[in-house]
This record gives sequence, C-alpha cells and structure tokens, in this order.
Amino acid sequence: MDELKVNDALTTTEDGENQVHEVIQFIVIKIGDEQYGINIKYIDNIVRMQNITRVPKVPDYIKGVINLRGEVIPVMSLRLKMGLPADEETKATRIIIIKMEQQGNVGIVVDEVREVVNLDDTCIEKVSYDGHDETQNFISGIGKDGNGLISLLDLNAVIQEPQA
Amino acid sequence: MDVSQYLEIFIDETKEHLQSLNTQILNLEQDAENMDTINEIFRAAHSLKGMAGTMGYKRMQNLTHDMENVFSEVRNGNIKVKANMIDILFQCLDALEEYLDTIQSTADEGTNENEHLIAALNKILKGEDGADGDATPAKEAKKEEAKEEAKAEAAAPASGDNWTKIKLGDSERSVIAEAQAQGKNVFGMTVFIQDSCILKAARAFLVFKAVEDLGEILVSEPSAQDIEDEKFEFDFSLIVITEHELDELIKAASAVSEIDHAVGAPVSLDAQAQEGDEPAEEASEEHAKEASEEPAEETKPAVVSPKTAPAAKQDAKKPAAGKPVVNRTVRVDIEKLDSLMNLVSELIIAKNSLVSITSNSESEVSSSTQFNEQIEYLESVTTNLHESVMKVRMVPIESVLQKFPRMIRDLQKKLGKQMELYMTGEDTELDRTVVDEIGDPLMHLLRNSADHGLESAEIRKERGKPEVGSIHLDAYQDGNNVVIDVKDDGNGIDVEAVRDKAIERGIITPEQAENMSDKDIIDLLFLPSFSTAKKVTDVSGRGVGLDVVKSKIESLSGEVEVKSKLGVGSTWTIRLPLTLAIIQALMVIVGNEKYAISLGSIQTIENIHKSDIKLVQAKEVIHLRGTVIPLIRLDEVLDIPQESEKDDLIVCIVKKGDKLAGLVVSELIGQQEIVIKSLGKLINKCKFISGATILGDGEVALILDANALI
Repeated sequence: MDELKVNDALTTTEDGENQVHEVIQFIVIKIGDEQYGINIKYIDNIVRMQNITRVPKVPDYIKGVINLRGEVIPVMSLRLKMGLPADEETKATRIIIIKMEQQGNVGIVVDEVREVVNLDDTCIEKVSYDGHDETQNFISGIGKDGNGLISLLDLNAVIQEPQA
Repeated sequence: MDVSQYLEIFIDETKEHLQSLNTQILNLEQDAENMDTINEIFRAAHSLKGMAGTMGYKRMQNLTHDMENVFSEVRNGNIKVKANMIDILFQCLDALEEYLDTIQSTADEGTNENEHLIAALNKILKGEDGADGDATPAKEAKKEEAKEEAKAEAAAPASGDNWTKIKLGDSERSVIAEAQAQGKNVFGMTVFIQDSCILKAARAFLVFKAVEDLGEILVSEPSAQDIEDEKFEFDFSLIVITEHELDELIKAASAVSEIDHAVGAPVSLDAQAQEGDEPAEEASEEHAKEASEEPAEETKPAVVSPKTAPAAKQDAKKPAAGKPVVNRTVRVDIEKLDSLMNLVSELIIAKNSLVSITSNSESEVSSSTQFNEQIEYLESVTTNLHESVMKVRMVPIESVLQKFPRMIRDLQKKLGKQMELYMTGEDTELDRTVVDEIGDPLMHLLRNSADHGLESAEIRKERGKPEVGSIHLDAYQDGNNVVIDVKDDGNGIDVEAVRDKAIERGIITPEQAENMSDKDIIDLLFLPSFSTAKKVTDVSGRGVGLDVVKSKIESLSGEVEVKSKLGVGSTWTIRLPLTLAIIQALMVIVGNEKYAISLGSIQTIENIHKSDIKLVQAKEVIHLRGTVIPLIRLDEVLDIPQESEKDDLIVCIVKKGDKLAGLVVSELIGQQEIVIKSLGKLINKCKFISGATILGDGEVALILDANALI
C-alpha cells in the first residue's frame, strides 16, 4: 500500500515533465553516518530534545510522549525503528514533528538536522525493493546532491505500525 | 424579513411541545377525565399551531389545527376519549415529528400531507357532532375557514387574475365608465407578496403608495382597512384608474421589496359586470375546485379537503431553500449564567490583586504570604469556574427518557405483550453531548428487554410471574460516573442458547465454548451480527443492536455490562463518565514516573505493611476491613524498574463496579484537576493508559485507567 503511495508521489513528479522539472525540498538529517531526507511538506516543526514521558506497553521504538505547546505528541526513535543502536542524546539531537494525515502529529528523534536541499526529479532515483531488508523498506528513493547521496525517507512506512 | 433566524427557536420549542403532548396524551390514556391534562394538551397543540403558522409551515399548521379542534371538543366534553382516538393522536404526533425532522434538515416541511390523519381527525369530530348540537358552531367555523382558505388561494393558480373577482358597485362602475370615456386606462391588477414576508401590511401600503403616484386606486380587494390590519393572504387586488401604461404600474408595484410579482390587465366593464353578477359563493367554489385539481399532479389526488390545495401550492411556490445547519443549543438557566459572570468578575479581582502584590512588593516576607493567599483564592475561583461551566453543559437525562413511555406503549401494542415501564432518576444530569448520544443505545436496550426479555402473558402466568411484565430504567450518579440500569423481569439470557448459536455461527469452537464462563458467553452478544431471536421482527432480532449499543457507549468512554439469570430477568448497566474533558485526579509517583488516577475510581488510600500481604493462588492480596482485595503492583504492570522494597506500601484502593483492587504506588503527590488529552493515534495499544495530561511544569503525565487494570 505504502509503496504505491510513494510511487504515486514520484509519478506525479514525472507527469509534470512538460512543465519545468518539479523541485522538491528535503530536510537533510543525519542518523549515524547516513544522510536521510524528509520531504519538507510533511514537517510541522523541529524542536530540541526535551524530556520524553515514557509510555508503558508500547513497542520499544516509541519513546513516549512530549508536550508541544499544550498538545501531547508521541515521539518515536528512527534509530530503533530501523534496527540501529539506541539514540545517544547530544547537543545536536532534535525531534522533528511530522504532520501525518492519518496519525496526526508524530515526533521523530534524529541525531542531527543539517540543511535543506532542493532536489528536482532528475536527481531522484527510485530504489528497488528488497522485501527482506527492513531498513531498506523505509526508503522511497535516493537523492543525489553535491554533498553525496541522501536516502529519502518514506514517512508512511516509517510511521506505520508493522503489520502484526 | 426572513423567518429563518427563528428556525432554531422554532425547532427547539416544537420539540418541547411535542414531547409534552406525548407525555400528556399518555396520561390521558390512563386517566381520560383529567381536565388538567386535557387543558395542557390543548395549550400545547394551540401554541404548536401558532408557531407553525408563523413560520409558514402550512401542513404542520393544518394538522395541528385539526388536532386542536379535537382537543377543544374533548375539553368541552363533547367527545369522549377513546382508545382509537389516542392511537390517531399518537400517529399525528409522529407525523408532526416527521415534519420537524424534515424542517430541521431542509428548512422545508416536505410534501407529505398526512391526509388520512386529517381525515381521521375530522371523522372523530363528525362522529360526535351528530350526537351533540353544541359542536356544530365550531365545525361550521372550521368549514368556513376551510372555504376561506380555499378561496384565498384558489384563484392564484388560475393565472392570478384575482382582481376579476372584485365586486364593483354601481358608483364604481360609473366612475370606470367615466374614466374610460375620458380616455384614461383602467387596469385591474393583483399583487403577490413573498411567502416569507412578515410585514405584509407595510408592503401592501408601499405598493398602494407606488401605484397612487401613477394613478388613482378605485377599489381594492380586500379593503384598504383589511389590508392595513393584515387581514389578507399573500396577495391583494386593485382596480386602478391611470394615464400610464400597465407595464409601468406593474413595474412600480414589483419594485417594492418582498413583492413576488404583480399581474394585471385592462378592465372591461362588460366582463366585470358579468363576473360581478355571479354569486360570489359560486365563483369561489368553482375556483376551489380548480385549485384542488391543478396541483393534483404534484401531490396525491386532492380529495379529502380543499385545504390540501393551498398547502400544495405553497410548496410549489416556495423556492428550494439552502440547507440550514441548525446549531445544537443548550438552554441555560439564567442563574447558572449569573454565577458564571460572578466567577469571572472574581477572577478579574484575583488577577488585579496579584498585579498589585507584584507592583508594591515592599517587604519580601509579607508579599510572599499575600501572594500565597491570592494563589489559593485564584485556585478556588478557577475550580468553581470549571464547575460552573460544566454545569452549563449539563442537562437532565429527562429529555431522553421522556420518549420511552410512549415507545413502550407502542411496543406493547405491536408485540401483544403486557408491560409497564418504571423510571427513576430522570433528573440525573449528564453532559449535553452524552445526553444527545445516549438515546439510541437506551432505546435498543429497552426494545431488547421488551422483545427478547419479557415473555408473553401466558408463559408468565405459567411461570407464576405477574402477567404484566415490568421494565425498570434507573439513572443515578455514582462518583464521577452516571449509571443507567435497564432491568426486566423477563426470561433472562439463555446462556446455552447463546453458546450453541455462537458455535453454530463459527464465532467460537466447541472447545473454546467449554472453557468460557457464562459471563464470557454473554459478552458474545455484543459482537456484531449476533442475535438469538428465533424470528426477525421489526422490533429487534436483526442482530444489529447490541454491538451498536456497545460501540456507541464506548465512544462516549462508557461501559456496558449485563447480568442475567435465566427465568428471572436481566439487568443491563451502562456506566458513563460525568464529564469528558476535565477530571479530578490523584497524582501519584510510581518508581520515578508520575501518573494520574481518576479520583472517581479511588475508594480509599491505605498504608499497608509488607507483612499484611497474603498470597492467594500465588497472587498478592490484602485483607482490609473484612474484604479481600487483590494487589496490583503498578511498577510491574507498567514495566517500571523496581526500587528497593519498602516496608510500608502505599495502596490506592480503586473500584470498578463492585470489584476492588489495590494499586501499589511509591508516593502520593496530591489531588489535582487535570485536562485529558489524547495520546494520539500512534499509541493506542496501551490499554492501561486512558490518556495524558500536561502538568503545571509542562511535563506530560499519563492517566491510568483503573478500570482496565482491574
């Protein structure tokens, strides 16, 4: 399902080819040594790390809830979700608040927020899926930027609960 | 002017009147001679008619008018209340409710004439008329009125040449002849005013004025005096002598706002004379016939009374109005508002005191005590304010319960069972949103009890029960909850039948069924599409009842439970939270995390020494004042790292229904009002947590759902 959605998003950019190449803005974040890109249209806010209230009996990648200006927002760890070692909180650690249509606002803990890049669709390569590699499933494409490669996150896949 | 602004009030008040009619007619059925009841009914019907008329809902008006006639006869003692009359009256109320529903969604009353009801009402009237002479005047008056109405509307479909009906006297005719001889134009015209117009007389006056600028008004129909007194329908006719053209006249008349249109033609004295000679009665009769035939295409054949004609016409003329969204309203006692106002002024005073303390803080010590005093004051004010606002939202559950006696009466007829409904606690107050939603589930439960629960009279006799089955509906407040019990003394739930059915349906396997307790089996009833009724009736048995009840009540964060004993009866218990958004909670610390527990579920707080903990079936329990209470160690349940065990444990005794449990916490913080926030869709797996709240320091604390823990 989610793959379809992402493909839709990509095809729309392809459809727009008779116009100018559509440029999408991505926020580049770092997790470990890898760079990931998040489509800016999903991002509501970026806040500093703050006290997260743990919620019992939830998957370990859900770190808990925070108070964002009076709203209670669940926060998840991208590292744990992708099967990487747990977060180490540093000065650069940020929570990115993502606005999802279905799930509402969700916070994602990342190691660092670097910059905003503009990528047009010629710079985005789709990835072939390897159903067995879990981390791979969260990527909708690879963006080529001057500084190197950026894995573009498929937020629906990241936030969606794994099928039980 | 537009009446749509009054629509909300109209709908509200009509509902109230209908409700009171329902209740009173039920009373009437029990006690046909009670003059107070009859007077009350008459008053309600009368105001209903008046309101419908004001709003321009002709069909409603007609129906209530006829009902009112019947009541008036009953009041005068000319008609005796009979069972079939009550039935018809109830049907009328249903029809009125239908109108109201249509009005609520479309602002229009729809096209259902309910002729059969009007006919039935008239029959009731007539049936008694012959026997009693006194009734005749009333009836005649009605006939006359009917004729009048027909007359008023009759000519309209006939191309609107109402003015031809104006009777001309000799003097007028000579004036016309003279004018024509002088080469002046004599026109007859009819002006139609929009249905929505309220100040008809004023509009008519403006038309008169506009026309008089152009010529001389010779005659008007109705007379100028009647028009001034608003004694006319939505049109009036004029004979005008003028030097101008007809077009100009019509234009001038149409230019007045809220005038629908105007028609006219030159007056020819010969034709007029002929028309004038005709007996007026005949003319109107003829028109009436025409009128009732013409709209026949758009409605059912108009045969019952000429009244249907105006009604149908009304509809044809009315433009399709946009759908008004009728806002939901709460009627608030002015006292409640006053107390709100007072509290707000107190709040302002508290704020001002705080400001003054901070601005002239001379000595640190005194200002800090003052500060504390003011904080306490502020606290009490906000608490009261919260309570008052909540109270404004609270409405008695009565408004929902009121319709049930009527429903049970109808069920009784339909099912052929004898039953009686007893209700208590109608004044129990609930949040408006809850009250609005609770009606359907309760209705389902009552129908269930009536249809599945209660046995037929014969079986009841055999079983040695009173022939008349009883259904009890009790509402009462229990802590922070409101409990509604629906209890019947019927057959109860046949657990074996449910078990067999569940296996047959493949919902559970026979092995599973073996291991399920009776309670678990009964809970299967709440699954979608599960009904044990052998036959499907239109009352229940389609299996779409209980699961709807359950999901509805759960959506209101309530619960539904059932206790049943075969052959003795069943009790359905609905438990609803009093308010939805803000609760009083006890803040506790478990390990190093803060949690809130709703104060409503907490019975007591106890200090328990370690040695008092006993083991029963390898589970920890405590023996407290004669009851054995299971202990729940929150740190274990919530996966909180355990600290070194203390000798004295703090235990919150919580209650769910009649079950108790002791929650072991590390520390108590205190009582606090908390605002419930949702955890978001991502985290809905944790059933022990019912939500979160934000504390004064901005931290998030989770709210424990004591009910889920037990």
